[in-house]
Amino acid sequence: MTANKINWLKYSSPATFYPLAGRLAPWFFVAAALLVVAGIYVGFFVAPTDAQQGEAYRIIFIHVASAWLSMFLYIIMAFWAGIGLAFNTRLSSMMASAVAPTGALMTFIALWTGALWGKPMWGAWWVWDARLTSELILLFLYLGFLSLQAAIDDARRADKAGAVIALVGVVNVPIIYFSVKWWNTLHQGASVSLTRSPSMAATMLIGMLLMALGFWMYSIAATLLRVRCIILERERNSEWVGQLQELRQ
Amino acid sequence: MNWGSVSAFLAMGGYGGFVWGSYAVTAVCIVLEITLLAARHRRLRRELRGG
Amino acid sequence: MSGPGLLDAVRCVAGRDLLAALRRRADVLTTLIFFVIVASLFPLGVGPETAMLRMMGPGVVWVAALLASMLALGRLFASDYADGTLEQLTLAPQPLSMLVLAKVAAHWLASGLPLVVVAPLLGFQFDLGTDALLILLASLLLGTPTLSLIGAIGAALTLGLRGGGALLSLLVLPLYVPVLIFGAGAVEAGAAGLGATAHLSLLGALLLIALVFAPWAAAVALRIAVE
Repeated sequence: MTANKINWLKYSSPATFYPLAGRLAPWFFVAAALLVVAGIYVGFFVAPTDAQQGEAYRIIFIHVASAWLSMFLYIIMAFWAGIGLAFNTRLSSMMASAVAPTGALMTFIALWTGALWGKPMWGAWWVWDARLTSELILLFLYLGFLSLQAAIDDARRADKAGAVIALVGVVNVPIIYFSVKWWNTLHQGASVSLTRSPSMAATMLIGMLLMALGFWMYSIAATLLRVRCIILERERNSEWVGQLQELRQ
Repeated sequence: MNWGSVSAFLAMGGYGGFVWGSYAVTAVCIVLEITLLAARHRRLRRELRGG
Repeated sequence: MSGPGLLDAVRCVAGRDLLAALRRRADVLTTLIFFVIVASLFPLGVGPETAMLRMMGPGVVWVAALLASMLALGRLFASDYADGTLEQLTLAPQPLSMLVLAKVAAHWLASGLPLVVVAPLLGFQFDLGTDALLILLASLLLGTPTLSLIGAIGAALTLGLRGGGALLSLLVLPLYVPVLIFGAGAVEAGAAGLGATAHLSLLGALLLIALVFAPWAAAVALRIAVE
């Protein structure tokens, strides 16, 4: 009498997760593509022109989505790193390392689009508003995690050290955001703020949500691809890698 | 539909450079990420096969 | 016969580190000199106009203190790591977080406190008034221990790694931002007539949080580095 519940735990080993990730990734890419196309359609062809900002506001469909993802992925990264540290599970730590570059990329995109939005709106390529400044610091936190892991040769030490810095970082992000907001409001009377978003028509919101979901699906897909690479790199001497179908001719 | 013509669409009310600059760089980043990952995977498979 | 109590162990570790710092006075002095030079570089970079310097002063002194404090972090665990003492500390019966706290306290007395004492002199360079200088003193007094505590985590994580100093900066500077904002902000708020109490209270809160969590996190990081 076979179990009719899926034993999810069986996927917690690199050997079983590797093929699963390979099968799942294409679906997430497809979902991402569909959601992004839908989001762009709504953003450009359904949402109206903004009264104050004209057409330039259409950048928010990427800016907000990538900013949300950058913060969400950091939490995910810290979560998996924490699990790996607490339970000594290799795959959890590999997931954290797999998420990090995509998270950093999302942060970069948020900063880039923020600059391109700020220039026409406020006349400067960089405005020290609370959210952009926090994004910049978040990018430094990602880069710190990546650099630390890159500097440590021993994989398990790299996993655990990365976990410590990721967890310290995730605890600090609210403190940093609060302090930057404080700093920003004290220093700028008439604050130039990208957070004062255009009055949100429902269609604008829908477009943003679709793009955010699309970016999320994409991030999962990219992470799955990357974790497959990490698994191969770290498990290359184990038996199951030798038995992999795709390595045999 | 918001746009009268293709050129109006591209011009984005004068903000074309900023809007398309954003979307283009984002697209490039994503394509780059996936390409690099695919190349990394290919390289790994080649190494593991040959070694 | 039971081993030394916690207080004895703490006193022993802190005392040893302070003695070592006393003997290697040059290290302590270089941190101080770095502090002074960095702060002096800013007017050279932006010009001698008094009004602008007065406005920049608190921020500049704070950034210089922050950088100097970070430079000194390399010394916190390095020599103990090199001669095996650190491993002994991790094996000690006393909680490692307490021993770390002892080391950080000694480190701050040797590296952080001198910065606090010298800061008013730098304040004069920027034409800060007496009130501003007092607030600057208070903010640094509350802030530099926090910097040492947070920095200890980074120092522990990067023990023995190549790229040490630069990597440590990258890890630790983003975490320093709140302390910098409230520290420099305290002086500016005082100068603007808004009162520095809020900023100083926040600095105090950050110090308390750091006192509770940082030694523990640094102890975890030390075990990871040493095992």
